[in-house]
Amino acid sequence: MSVAATFASPSSKAPSTASLAVMLLLPIALVNAVGFIIPVLNLARMSFNEALPGGGIGEALTLANWQSLVSDGFYLGLVVNSIGVSLLITLITLVLSYPIALYLHRSSGRWRTFLTVLVISPLLTSAVVRTYGWIAILSDQGPVVQTIAALGFTPPRLMFNLTGVIVGLSEILMPYMILALLAGFGRLDPRVEEAARTLGATPFRTFARVILPLTLPGIALGCLLCFVLSISSFITPKLMGGGRVFLLATEIYDQAIVTLNWPLAATLSMLVLIIFGAALGAYSRVLRAID
Amino acid sequence: MEMHRTSLPMGILVTLLFLFLLAPVLLVFPISFSGDQILAFPPSSWSLRWYSALASNTVMISAFSTSFVLAAIVTALSLLIAVPAAYAIVRLKTAGSEFLFNLFTAPLLLPTIVLGLAILIVFASIGLLATFHGLVIAHLVVTLPYALRVLAVSLGAANMACEEAASSLGAKPLTVFRRVTLPMMTPGIVAATALCFLVSFDEVVITLFLTGPRLTTLPVELFNHVERRADPLVASVSVLLIIVTLAVVLIVDRSMGLTKTFVEKK
Repeated sequence: MSVAATFASPSSKAPSTASLAVMLLLPIALVNAVGFIIPVLNLARMSFNEALPGGGIGEALTLANWQSLVSDGFYLGLVVNSIGVSLLITLITLVLSYPIALYLHRSSGRWRTFLTVLVISPLLTSAVVRTYGWIAILSDQGPVVQTIAALGFTPPRLMFNLTGVIVGLSEILMPYMILALLAGFGRLDPRVEEAARTLGATPFRTFARVILPLTLPGIALGCLLCFVLSISSFITPKLMGGGRVFLLATEIYDQAIVTLNWPLAATLSMLVLIIFGAALGAYSRVLRAID
Repeated sequence: MEMHRTSLPMGILVTLLFLFLLAPVLLVFPISFSGDQILAFPPSSWSLRWYSALASNTVMISAFSTSFVLAAIVTALSLLIAVPAAYAIVRLKTAGSEFLFNLFTAPLLLPTIVLGLAILIVFASIGLLATFHGLVIAHLVVTLPYALRVLAVSLGAANMACEEAASSLGAKPLTVFRRVTLPMMTPGIVAATALCFLVSFDEVVITLFLTGPRLTTLPVELFNHVERRADPLVASVSVLLIIVTLAVVLIVDRSMGLTKTFVEKK
């Protein structure tokens, strides 16, 4: 047992608390350094390295990668596109998740537990499997296209384009949104709704004036989470985009693996982190505005 | 609670939304019994041909065993590393323990596409690419934050008075840890085991950066296969993946109750 070894090692004397703590924390610190701190610092530095033809990397520091992001219309479009698509996906996910979260919040006992398990279970399923499920549903031989064709309409193309990516990602992010909404629904007391009703508010008015304002913190948290997950998601855009959808995450992968331009891939990664920071800033502003 | 006025339209809406949420996972099961050459739903005929195709697909079988062994080793190492770390952070509370906790769980905040690229670049320079121990380290980076978080919560919830009582009755620190602290942590350890195994077994983005033709895991092989050709073989592999996940979840449920682990402790 390594725990036993760590405890027993320094002679028979009990080690001081500080040295014991160092020993216990050393393994996790090593993994953290080798697999997280050093790689991330190295990545940040590489965004200032020059990319040489054939996958080489120049030693000198340069701003060329960052400049090409601004001057090259392709990358600017990529960034705007990624942010726009992620915002749209976040909105769709919110609309699809809100009723489920509200229903879960109001339910109780075994029924609530069962439904919560149903919400969480897709989270435990690989993103590749769920994306494959969407390919099956949206492909030309799938039920949606077949039904539309059987009704006599010209079926739209649902796969290998942005539509497929948006539908697939919205569903894949729903569990995160539902859990975040539930976490933020704490202030929503059924008695408050009851009071609004008794005082003569219509269901719509109750929702707009009572339920919605009280659940805003949950909405903000869920939107932050979904936006961040959506802009950095890779599996679904790669598999459902069919090489025709260009987003930040897929471009990072292509630059790193196909083009072997690591400095540019590093720069795009840093850009994703900057967008993360901006989203977090927007989130805390919204939270302050709500309170 | 009273049967809240869940109106009929609301009930129908929620049912439809749940169907939307579960459709892609549920659909995989009937498709795996398809008799067609290509992916179509509903299939024109039913058969077990894709299961027998899977049984004779040596690449998938060896990718499965790689994934399984990898997840088992990563899980064992995660516990060996995270249990002492959680003890040091929660119980010893040395200076800066809160900072260290945030630092050690920080990899979860990073998108996997960025983390994968970062690890790829460093591993390429020290020869860890497409190696088994390289994969173990990379998976530990993402499993340790989960393990640390779950274990720290369970250790924080455990009553310290029991440990103090044991040591004031003359038990040595190590005995106290083994006979009192560790048993109190059992629920957390079971949850951490399940979580680490599932996270490692399902990890695909970071692994995609680090695997090669000679070393590949099941999710990566599945991804590569879907990218080339989304045929019903993928459905039979998916069923295999779901069964492993279900087995892990059931084991956790049997030993301590699913809701306790995944729902309330969230």
